[in-house]
Amino acid sequence: MDVTFQFDWHAAISSIPYLLTGIPYTLLISFGGLAIGFLIGILFGLLRISPVAWLRIPAIAYIEIFRGTPVLVQVLFIFYGLPQIIGGPVNALVAGIAAIAVNSGAYISEIVRGGVQSIERGQREASLSLGLSRTQSFRYVIWPQAFRRMIPSLGNQGIISIKDTSLFSVIGVGELVRQGQIYIATTFSALEVYLMVALMYLAITLSLSLALRLLERKGLVGQ
Amino acid sequence: MIDIKKKPGAELIVRMEKVNKFFGSLHVLQDIDLSVTHGEVVVIIGASGSGKSTLIRCINGLEEFQHGHIEVDGNQLLPNGKSSKSLQTIRTEVGMVFQQFNLFPHLSVRDNVTLAPIKVRGTSESDAIENADRLLEQVNIADQADKLPGQLSGGQQQRVALARALAMEPRLMLFDEPTSALDPEMIGEVLDAMRELAKAGMTMMIVTHEMGFAREVADRVIYIHKGQIVEQGKPEEVFDNPQNERTQSFLGRVLKH
Ligand SMILES: Nc1ncnc2c1ncn2[C@@H]1O[C@H](COP(=O)(O)OP(=O)(O)OP(=O)(O)O)[C@@H](O)[C@H]1O
Ligand SMILES: [Mg+2]
Repeated sequence: MDVTFQFDWHAAISSIPYLLTGIPYTLLISFGGLAIGFLIGILFGLLRISPVAWLRIPAIAYIEIFRGTPVLVQVLFIFYGLPQIIGGPVNALVAGIAAIAVNSGAYISEIVRGGVQSIERGQREASLSLGLSRTQSFRYVIWPQAFRRMIPSLGNQGIISIKDTSLFSVIGVGELVRQGQIYIATTFSALEVYLMVALMYLAITLSLSLALRLLERKGLVGQ
Repeated sequence: MIDIKKKPGAELIVRMEKVNKFFGSLHVLQDIDLSVTHGEVVVIIGASGSGKSTLIRCINGLEEFQHGHIEVDGNQLLPNGKSSKSLQTIRTEVGMVFQQFNLFPHLSVRDNVTLAPIKVRGTSESDAIENADRLLEQVNIADQADKLPGQLSGGQQQRVALARALAMEPRLMLFDEPTSALDPEMIGEVLDAMRELAKAGMTMMIVTHEMGFAREVADRVIYIHKGQIVEQGKPEEVFDNPQNERTQSFLGRVLKH
Protein backbone atom coordinates (compact mmCIF):
# COMPACT_ATOMS: atom_id res chain seq x y z
CA MET A 1 0.00 0.00 0.00
CA ASP A 2 1.34 3.36 -0.91
CA VAL A 3 0.84 5.86 1.85
CA THR A 4 1.75 9.43 1.25
CA PHE A 5 1.46 11.56 4.30
CA GLN A 6 1.24 15.26 4.54
CA PHE A 7 1.91 16.94 7.87
CA ASP A 8 -1.10 19.16 8.41
CA TRP A 9 0.23 22.37 9.92
CA HIS A 10 -3.21 23.83 10.05
CA ALA A 11 -4.51 20.96 12.18
CA ALA A 12 -1.52 21.29 14.49
CA ILE A 13 -1.92 25.01 15.00
CA SER A 14 -5.66 24.91 15.42
CA SER A 15 -5.40 22.26 18.15
CA ILE A 16 -3.36 24.57 20.35
CA PRO A 17 -6.16 26.58 21.98
CA TYR A 18 -7.97 23.41 22.92
CA LEU A 19 -4.85 21.70 24.23
CA LEU A 20 -3.98 24.74 26.31
CA THR A 21 -7.09 24.13 28.40
CA GLY A 22 -5.37 20.97 29.64
CA ILE A 23 -2.27 22.76 30.87
CA PRO A 24 -3.75 24.19 34.09
CA TYR A 25 -4.74 20.66 35.11
CA THR A 26 -1.36 19.24 34.22
CA LEU A 27 0.34 22.00 36.22
CA LEU A 28 -2.04 21.73 39.14
CA ILE A 29 -1.65 17.96 39.43
CA SER A 30 2.13 18.11 38.97
CA PHE A 31 3.00 20.99 41.23
CA GLY A 32 0.22 20.42 43.74
CA GLY A 33 1.31 16.80 44.02
CA LEU A 34 4.99 17.69 44.14
CA ALA A 35 4.46 20.31 46.85
CA ILE A 36 2.72 17.77 49.06
CA GLY A 37 5.28 15.16 48.01
CA PHE A 38 8.06 17.47 49.15
CA LEU A 39 6.51 17.79 52.61
CA ILE A 40 6.03 14.02 52.75
CA GLY A 41 9.61 13.62 51.57
CA ILE A 42 11.05 15.81 54.31
CA LEU A 43 9.04 14.01 56.98
CA PHE A 44 9.66 10.46 55.81
CA GLY A 45 13.21 11.15 54.70
CA LEU A 46 14.02 12.23 58.25
CA LEU A 47 12.07 9.39 59.85
CA ARG A 48 14.01 7.06 57.55
CA ILE A 49 17.27 8.04 59.27
CA SER A 50 15.87 8.12 62.76
CA PRO A 51 17.75 5.94 65.25
CA VAL A 52 14.35 4.98 66.67
CA ALA A 53 13.21 1.77 64.97
CA TRP A 54 9.47 2.33 65.32
CA LEU A 55 9.84 5.63 63.47
CA ARG A 56 12.23 4.27 60.88
CA ILE A 57 10.40 1.09 59.94
CA PRO A 58 7.08 2.72 58.86
CA ALA A 59 9.10 5.17 56.78
CA ILE A 60 10.96 2.35 55.06
CA ALA A 61 7.67 0.56 54.41
CA TYR A 62 6.08 3.67 52.90
CA ILE A 63 9.08 4.37 50.66
CA GLU A 64 9.36 0.80 49.41
CA ILE A 65 5.64 0.44 48.72
CA PHE A 66 5.21 3.65 46.76
CA ARG A 67 8.49 3.41 44.89
CA GLY A 68 7.88 -0.22 44.07
CA THR A 69 4.42 0.11 42.52
CA PRO A 70 3.49 1.96 39.31
CA VAL A 71 2.01 5.42 39.64
CA LEU A 72 -0.73 4.34 37.24
CA VAL A 73 -1.79 1.58 39.61
CA GLN A 74 -1.63 4.05 42.48
CA VAL A 75 -3.97 6.50 40.80
CA LEU A 76 -6.37 3.74 39.73
CA PHE A 77 -6.37 2.49 43.30
CA ILE A 78 -7.13 5.95 44.66
CA PHE A 79 -9.78 6.77 42.05
CA TYR A 80 -11.57 3.43 41.72
CA GLY A 81 -10.49 1.47 44.78
CA LEU A 82 -10.58 4.00 47.57
CA PRO A 83 -14.28 4.92 47.05
CA GLN A 84 -15.16 1.35 48.03
CA ILE A 85 -13.40 1.86 51.35
CA ILE A 86 -14.56 5.40 52.13
CA GLY A 87 -18.03 4.88 50.67
CA GLY A 88 -18.02 7.89 48.40
CA PRO A 89 -16.48 9.03 45.13
CA VAL A 90 -13.02 10.57 44.87
CA ASN A 91 -12.66 13.61 42.67
CA ALA A 92 -10.41 12.82 39.69
CA LEU A 93 -8.27 15.92 40.19
CA VAL A 94 -7.81 15.11 43.87
CA ALA A 95 -6.93 11.52 42.97
CA GLY A 96 -4.31 12.75 40.51
CA ILE A 97 -2.74 15.14 42.99
CA ALA A 98 -2.77 12.48 45.70
CA ALA A 99 -1.11 9.92 43.43
CA ILE A 100 1.70 12.31 42.48
CA ALA A 101 2.05 13.31 46.14
CA VAL A 102 2.49 9.80 47.53
CA ASN A 103 4.58 8.64 44.59
CA SER A 104 6.96 11.60 44.42
CA GLY A 105 6.95 11.67 48.25
CA ALA A 106 8.55 8.23 48.32
CA TYR A 107 11.31 9.25 45.94
CA ILE A 108 11.83 12.62 47.60
CA SER A 109 12.18 10.85 50.98
CA GLU A 110 15.20 9.07 49.57
CA ILE A 111 16.55 12.32 48.10
CA VAL A 112 16.18 14.01 51.49
CA ARG A 113 17.86 11.10 53.26
CA GLY A 114 20.76 11.16 50.82
CA GLY A 115 21.12 14.93 51.09
CA VAL A 116 21.13 14.97 54.87
CA GLN A 117 23.48 12.01 55.15
CA SER A 118 25.90 13.62 52.71
CA ILE A 119 26.67 16.45 55.15
CA GLU A 120 29.94 15.77 56.96
CA ARG A 121 29.66 14.62 60.56
CA GLY A 122 31.84 17.55 61.64
CA GLN A 123 29.08 20.03 60.77
CA ARG A 124 26.76 18.49 63.30
CA GLU A 125 29.52 18.15 65.88
CA ALA A 126 30.61 21.75 65.46
CA SER A 127 27.07 23.08 65.79
CA LEU A 128 26.28 20.91 68.81
CA SER A 129 29.56 21.87 70.45
CA LEU A 130 28.48 25.52 70.19
CA GLY A 131 25.42 24.69 72.26
CA LEU A 132 22.86 24.52 69.48
CA SER A 133 20.06 22.05 70.13
CA ARG A 134 19.66 19.16 67.72
CA THR A 135 16.73 20.96 66.10
CA GLN A 136 18.69 24.18 65.72
CA SER A 137 21.66 22.29 64.35
CA PHE A 138 19.43 20.73 61.73
CA ARG A 139 17.59 23.89 60.85
CA TYR A 140 20.48 26.34 60.60
CA VAL A 141 23.42 24.14 59.68
CA ILE A 142 22.51 20.75 58.20
CA TRP A 143 19.33 21.47 56.23
CA PRO A 144 20.48 24.54 54.27
CA GLN A 145 23.52 22.63 53.04
CA ALA A 146 21.61 19.42 52.40
CA PHE A 147 18.89 21.25 50.49
CA ARG A 148 21.41 22.75 48.09
CA ARG A 149 22.81 19.35 47.34
CA MET A 150 19.29 18.01 46.77
CA ILE A 151 18.28 20.52 44.10
CA PRO A 152 19.44 18.54 41.03
CA SER A 153 17.70 15.36 42.21
CA LEU A 154 14.56 17.27 43.14
CA GLY A 155 14.56 18.73 39.63
CA ASN A 156 14.78 15.25 38.16
CA GLN A 157 11.91 14.08 40.28
CA GLY A 158 9.86 17.12 39.28
CA ILE A 159 10.31 16.31 35.61
CA ILE A 160 9.44 12.65 36.13
CA SER A 161 6.28 13.55 38.05
CA ILE A 162 5.16 16.09 35.44
CA LYS A 163 5.41 13.39 32.80
CA ASP A 164 3.66 10.87 35.05
CA THR A 165 0.55 13.07 35.05
CA SER A 166 0.08 12.13 31.38
CA LEU A 167 -1.07 8.71 32.59
CA PHE A 168 -3.97 10.25 34.43
CA SER A 169 -6.07 10.65 31.29
CA VAL A 170 -7.32 7.18 32.28
CA ILE A 171 -9.30 8.60 35.17
CA GLY A 172 -10.73 11.36 33.01
CA VAL A 173 -8.96 14.45 34.37
CA GLY A 174 -8.84 17.03 31.61
CA GLU A 175 -5.05 17.28 31.53
CA LEU A 176 -2.94 17.63 28.40
CA VAL A 177 -3.11 14.08 27.07
CA ARG A 178 -6.79 13.77 27.80
CA GLN A 179 -7.54 17.02 25.95
CA GLY A 180 -5.43 15.77 23.05
CA GLN A 181 -7.39 12.52 22.88
CA ILE A 182 -10.69 14.37 22.89
CA TYR A 183 -9.51 16.65 20.13
CA ILE A 184 -8.24 13.77 18.02
CA ALA A 185 -11.56 11.95 18.39
CA THR A 186 -13.21 14.63 16.28
CA THR A 187 -10.38 15.67 13.94
CA PHE A 188 -8.41 12.40 13.49
CA SER A 189 -5.16 14.37 13.36
CA ALA A 190 -3.24 12.18 15.81
CA LEU A 191 0.26 12.93 14.60
CA GLU A 192 -0.11 16.68 14.68
CA VAL A 193 -1.93 16.79 18.00
CA TYR A 194 0.38 14.42 19.85
CA LEU A 195 3.33 16.36 18.53
CA MET A 196 1.81 19.51 20.00
CA VAL A 197 1.12 17.68 23.26
CA ALA A 198 4.73 16.53 23.39
CA LEU A 199 6.00 20.06 22.75
CA MET A 200 3.87 21.39 25.57
CA TYR A 201 5.32 18.85 28.01
CA LEU A 202 8.74 19.84 26.80
CA ALA A 203 7.99 23.52 27.38
CA ILE A 204 6.94 22.79 30.97
CA THR A 205 9.86 20.52 31.81
CA LEU A 206 12.42 22.81 30.18
CA SER A 207 11.07 25.78 32.15
CA LEU A 208 11.47 23.77 35.33
CA SER A 209 15.03 22.77 34.42
CA LEU A 210 15.90 26.35 33.70
CA ALA A 211 14.37 27.62 36.95
CA LEU A 212 16.28 25.02 38.92
CA ARG A 213 19.52 25.81 37.17
CA LEU A 214 19.10 29.44 38.22
CA LEU A 215 18.30 28.37 41.78
CA GLU A 216 21.33 26.12 41.83
CA ARG A 217 23.61 28.85 40.55
CA LYS A 218 22.30 31.14 43.25
CA GLY A 219 22.89 28.36 45.76
CA LEU A 220 26.43 27.75 44.57
CA VAL A 221 27.40 31.31 45.41
CA GLY A 222 26.63 30.34 48.97
CA GLN A 223 28.88 27.29 48.99
CA MET B 1 43.94 41.00 74.45
CA ILE B 2 41.10 38.51 74.52
CA ASP B 3 39.23 39.04 77.73
CA ILE B 4 37.74 36.15 79.54
CA LYS B 5 34.70 36.53 81.70
CA LYS B 6 35.45 34.62 84.85
CA LYS B 7 32.57 33.54 86.97
CA PRO B 8 33.35 32.82 90.57
CA GLY B 9 32.87 29.14 91.18
CA ALA B 10 34.48 25.86 91.91
CA GLU B 11 38.21 25.82 91.56
CA LEU B 12 37.91 22.71 89.43
CA ILE B 13 36.28 23.12 86.06
CA VAL B 14 36.67 19.51 84.88
CA ARG B 15 36.61 16.44 87.05
CA MET B 16 36.75 13.03 85.40
CA GLU B 17 36.48 10.03 87.69
CA LYS B 18 37.15 6.46 86.64
CA VAL B 19 35.93 7.19 83.11
CA ASN B 20 35.83 4.12 80.90
CA LYS B 21 34.84 4.01 77.29
CA PHE B 22 34.54 1.17 74.82
CA PHE B 23 34.11 1.12 71.07
CA GLY B 24 32.63 -2.35 70.86
CA SER B 25 35.26 -4.52 72.49
CA LEU B 26 37.97 -1.87 72.19
CA HIS B 27 38.66 -0.34 75.61
CA VAL B 28 39.48 3.19 74.42
CA LEU B 29 39.55 4.97 77.77
CA GLN B 30 40.59 3.08 80.90
CA ASP B 31 39.89 4.47 84.35
CA ILE B 32 40.64 8.05 83.39
CA ASP B 33 40.97 10.27 86.46
CA LEU B 34 41.63 13.83 85.46
CA SER B 35 40.92 17.19 87.02
CA VAL B 36 41.50 20.59 85.48
CA THR B 37 41.47 23.82 87.43
CA HIS B 38 40.38 27.24 86.23
CA GLY B 39 42.94 28.96 84.08
CA GLU B 40 45.00 25.84 83.59
CA VAL B 41 46.42 24.89 80.20
CA VAL B 42 46.59 21.14 79.82
CA VAL B 43 48.25 19.58 76.81
CA ILE B 44 47.48 15.96 75.97
CA ILE B 45 50.01 14.02 73.97
CA GLY B 46 50.18 10.42 72.84
CA ALA B 47 50.49 8.16 69.84
CA SER B 48 47.85 7.94 67.14
CA GLY B 49 44.89 5.91 68.35
CA SER B 50 45.77 6.28 72.02
CA GLY B 51 42.41 7.93 72.80
CA LYS B 52 43.30 11.63 72.96
CA SER B 53 40.39 12.78 70.81
CA THR B 54 37.99 10.45 72.54
CA LEU B 55 39.06 11.80 75.92
CA ILE B 56 38.37 15.45 75.16
CA ARG B 57 35.23 14.66 73.16
CA CYS B 58 33.77 13.01 76.25
CA ILE B 59 34.03 16.32 78.06
CA ASN B 60 31.49 18.06 75.81
CA GLY B 61 29.42 14.93 75.23
CA LEU B 62 30.36 14.33 71.60
CA GLU B 63 31.28 10.85 72.77
CA GLU B 64 29.41 8.83 75.34
CA PHE B 65 31.24 6.78 77.93
CA GLN B 66 30.15 3.61 79.70
CA HIS B 67 31.43 3.88 83.23
CA GLY B 68 32.53 6.62 85.54
CA HIS B 69 31.56 10.20 85.97
CA ILE B 70 32.43 13.58 84.50
CA GLU B 71 31.67 16.96 86.02
CA VAL B 72 32.11 20.07 83.93
CA ASP B 73 31.69 23.42 85.66
CA GLY B 74 29.25 21.89 88.13
CA ASN B 75 27.22 20.02 85.50
CA GLN B 76 27.12 16.24 85.55
CA LEU B 77 27.78 13.97 82.59
CA LEU B 78 26.60 10.44 83.23
CA PRO B 79 27.45 7.17 81.49
CA ASN B 80 25.68 6.16 78.28
CA GLY B 81 24.56 9.68 77.44
CA LYS B 82 22.10 9.87 80.33
CA SER B 83 22.66 13.55 80.94
CA SER B 84 20.67 15.15 78.17
CA LYS B 85 19.53 18.04 80.36
CA SER B 86 22.93 19.28 81.33
CA LEU B 87 24.49 18.43 77.98
CA GLN B 88 23.43 21.60 76.19
CA THR B 89 24.35 23.69 79.24
CA ILE B 90 27.81 22.15 79.23
CA ARG B 91 28.23 22.75 75.53
CA THR B 92 27.38 26.43 75.80
CA GLU B 93 30.16 26.72 78.39
CA VAL B 94 32.73 24.62 76.57
CA GLY B 95 34.15 25.68 73.22
CA MET B 96 35.79 23.29 70.81
CA VAL B 97 38.17 23.70 67.90
CA PHE B 98 38.45 20.78 65.50
CA GLN B 99 41.26 19.53 63.32
CA GLN B 100 39.13 20.03 60.20
CA PHE B 101 37.84 23.50 61.26
CA ASN B 102 34.22 22.47 60.56
CA LEU B 103 33.14 25.98 59.65
CA PHE B 104 29.64 26.27 58.24
CA PRO B 105 30.32 26.63 54.50
CA HIS B 106 26.96 28.20 53.63
CA LEU B 107 27.38 31.07 56.10
CA SER B 108 29.69 34.06 55.90
CA VAL B 109 32.60 34.23 58.31
CA ARG B 110 30.68 36.74 60.42
CA ASP B 111 27.51 34.63 60.42
CA ASN B 112 29.56 31.61 61.50
CA VAL B 113 30.56 33.58 64.56
CA THR B 114 27.16 35.11 65.36
CA LEU B 115 24.98 32.02 64.82
CA ALA B 116 25.33 30.43 68.26
CA PRO B 117 25.22 33.64 70.33
CA ILE B 118 22.00 34.68 68.56
CA LYS B 119 20.27 31.29 68.56
CA VAL B 120 21.53 29.87 71.84
CA ARG B 121 22.28 32.85 74.05
CA GLY B 122 19.54 35.05 72.58
CA THR B 123 22.02 37.86 72.00
CA SER B 124 20.63 40.64 69.83
CA GLU B 125 21.87 40.64 66.26
CA SER B 126 23.62 43.99 66.61
CA ASP B 127 25.43 42.93 69.79
CA ALA B 128 26.39 39.62 68.25
CA ILE B 129 27.81 41.32 65.16
CA GLU B 130 29.72 43.83 67.25
CA ASN B 131 31.18 41.05 69.35
CA ALA B 132 31.97 38.93 66.27
CA ASP B 133 33.83 41.78 64.61
CA ARG B 134 35.82 42.38 67.77
CA LEU B 135 36.79 38.70 68.00
CA LEU B 136 37.66 38.53 64.32
CA GLU B 137 39.87 41.54 64.87
CA GLN B 138 41.61 39.77 67.74
CA VAL B 139 42.44 36.78 65.55
CA ASN B 140 43.58 39.16 62.80
CA ILE B 141 40.92 38.33 60.31
CA ALA B 142 38.49 41.25 60.46
CA ASP B 143 38.92 41.99 56.75
CA GLN B 144 37.53 38.57 55.81
CA ALA B 145 34.25 38.86 57.72
CA ASP B 146 31.99 38.98 54.67
CA LYS B 147 33.66 36.11 52.83
CA LEU B 148 32.57 32.51 52.83
CA PRO B 149 34.81 30.03 54.67
CA GLY B 150 35.71 28.29 51.42
CA GLN B 151 37.43 31.46 50.21
CA LEU B 152 39.86 31.45 53.15
CA SER B 153 43.15 29.66 53.70
CA GLY B 154 43.30 26.86 56.24
CA GLY B 155 45.03 29.02 58.81
CA GLN B 156 42.43 31.74 58.39
CA GLN B 157 39.62 29.21 58.66
CA GLN B 158 41.01 27.82 61.87
CA ARG B 159 41.24 31.31 63.35
CA VAL B 160 37.60 31.89 62.40
CA ALA B 161 36.74 28.61 64.12
CA LEU B 162 38.52 29.90 67.21
CA ALA B 163 36.58 33.18 67.09
CA ARG B 164 33.36 31.26 66.60
CA ALA B 165 33.97 29.20 69.72
CA LEU B 166 35.04 32.24 71.75
CA ALA B 167 31.87 34.13 70.78
CA MET B 168 29.97 31.91 73.20
CA GLU B 169 32.26 33.15 76.00
CA PRO B 170 33.21 29.63 77.01
CA ARG B 171 34.75 28.83 80.36
CA LEU B 172 36.80 26.03 78.87
CA MET B 173 38.24 25.52 75.40
CA LEU B 174 38.97 22.11 73.90
CA PHE B 175 41.36 21.79 70.97
CA ASP B 176 41.68 18.58 68.97
CA GLU B 177 44.85 18.84 66.90
CA PRO B 178 44.02 22.35 65.73
CA THR B 179 47.06 22.61 63.47
CA SER B 180 47.33 19.07 62.09
CA ALA B 181 45.39 19.84 58.91
CA LEU B 182 47.35 23.00 58.16
CA ASP B 183 50.17 23.68 55.75
CA PRO B 184 53.36 24.26 57.75
CA GLU B 185 53.50 27.98 57.00
CA MET B 186 50.04 28.48 58.56
CA ILE B 187 50.63 26.63 61.81
CA GLY B 188 52.32 29.62 63.43
CA GLU B 189 49.40 32.01 63.03
CA VAL B 190 47.01 29.57 64.71
CA LEU B 191 49.42 28.79 67.53
CA ASP B 192 49.92 32.55 68.06
CA ALA B 193 46.18 33.03 68.52
CA MET B 194 46.10 30.13 70.99
CA ARG B 195 49.11 31.48 72.86
CA GLU B 196 47.30 34.79 73.21
CA LEU B 197 44.27 33.01 74.58
CA ALA B 198 46.36 31.10 77.10
CA LYS B 199 48.00 34.34 78.24
CA ALA B 200 44.55 35.86 78.73
CA GLY B 201 43.84 33.13 81.26
CA MET B 202 41.55 30.80 79.33
CA THR B 203 41.28 27.26 80.63
CA MET B 204 42.40 25.06 77.77
CA MET B 205 42.73 21.36 77.01
CA ILE B 206 44.79 20.86 73.91
CA VAL B 207 45.56 17.72 71.96
CA THR B 208 48.55 18.48 69.79
CA HIS B 209 51.68 17.10 68.22
CA GLU B 210 53.36 20.51 68.42
CA MET B 211 55.79 19.68 71.22
CA GLY B 212 57.54 23.04 71.18
CA PHE B 213 54.23 24.81 71.64
CA ALA B 214 53.23 22.35 74.36
CA ARG B 215 56.40 22.99 76.31
CA GLU B 216 55.86 26.72 76.06
CA VAL B 217 52.17 27.14 76.96
CA ALA B 218 51.29 24.08 79.00
CA ASP B 219 50.91 24.20 82.74
CA ARG B 220 50.62 20.44 82.63
CA VAL B 221 51.39 17.80 80.04
CA ILE B 222 49.53 14.52 80.04
CA TYR B 223 50.84 11.51 78.19
CA ILE B 224 48.24 8.95 77.27
CA HIS B 225 48.99 5.46 76.06
CA LYS B 226 46.37 2.94 74.93
CA GLY B 227 43.59 4.75 76.75
CA GLN B 228 45.47 5.25 80.01
CA ILE B 229 47.13 8.29 81.51
CA VAL B 230 50.59 6.91 82.14
CA GLU B 231 52.39 10.12 83.01
CA GLN B 232 51.65 13.76 83.72
CA GLY B 233 53.42 16.77 85.09
CA LYS B 234 54.93 20.13 84.27
CA PRO B 235 56.21 20.30 80.69
CA GLU B 236 59.85 20.37 81.75
CA GLU B 237 59.34 17.29 83.94
CA VAL B 238 57.57 15.28 81.25
CA PHE B 239 59.68 16.39 78.31
CA ASP B 240 63.10 16.50 79.96
CA ASN B 241 62.81 13.81 82.54
CA PRO B 242 60.03 11.36 81.67
CA GLN B 243 59.63 8.66 84.30
CA ASN B 244 57.60 6.09 82.41
CA GLU B 245 59.43 4.11 79.79
CA ARG B 246 56.52 4.39 77.36
CA THR B 247 56.69 8.17 77.63
CA GLN B 248 60.43 7.96 77.08
CA SER B 249 60.11 5.93 73.93
CA PHE B 250 57.22 8.08 72.60
CA LEU B 251 59.15 11.30 73.18
CA GLY B 252 62.24 9.68 71.76
CA ARG B 253 60.31 9.08 68.56
CA VAL B 254 58.59 12.45 68.22
CA LEU B 255 61.31 14.77 69.51
CA LYS B 256 64.18 13.32 67.54
CA HIS B 257 63.18 13.23 63.87
N1 LIG C 1 33.63 5.89 66.15
C1 LIG C 1 34.54 4.94 66.42
N2 LIG C 1 34.23 3.64 66.31
C2 LIG C 1 35.10 2.67 66.58
N3 LIG C 1 36.37 2.91 66.98
C3 LIG C 1 36.76 4.18 67.11
C4 LIG C 1 35.88 5.27 66.82
N4 LIG C 1 36.54 6.42 67.02
C5 LIG C 1 37.77 6.08 67.41
N5 LIG C 1 37.91 4.74 67.47
C6 LIG C 1 39.11 4.02 67.91
O1 LIG C 1 39.41 4.41 69.22
C7 LIG C 1 40.79 4.55 69.40
C8 LIG C 1 41.11 5.92 69.95
O2 LIG C 1 40.75 6.86 68.96
P1 LIG C 1 41.08 8.40 69.11
O3 LIG C 1 40.54 9.07 67.90
O4 LIG C 1 40.59 8.89 70.41
O5 LIG C 1 42.64 8.42 69.08
P2 LIG C 1 43.63 9.65 69.03
O6 LIG C 1 44.57 9.50 70.16
O7 LIG C 1 42.86 10.92 68.94
O8 LIG C 1 44.41 9.38 67.68
P3 LIG C 1 44.93 10.41 66.55
O9 LIG C 1 46.24 10.97 67.03
O10 LIG C 1 45.11 9.54 65.36
O11 LIG C 1 43.86 11.45 66.36
C9 LIG C 1 41.43 4.24 68.07
O12 LIG C 1 41.87 2.90 68.09
C10 LIG C 1 40.33 4.41 67.09
O13 LIG C 1 40.51 3.56 65.99
MG1 LIG D 1 42.56 12.32 67.40
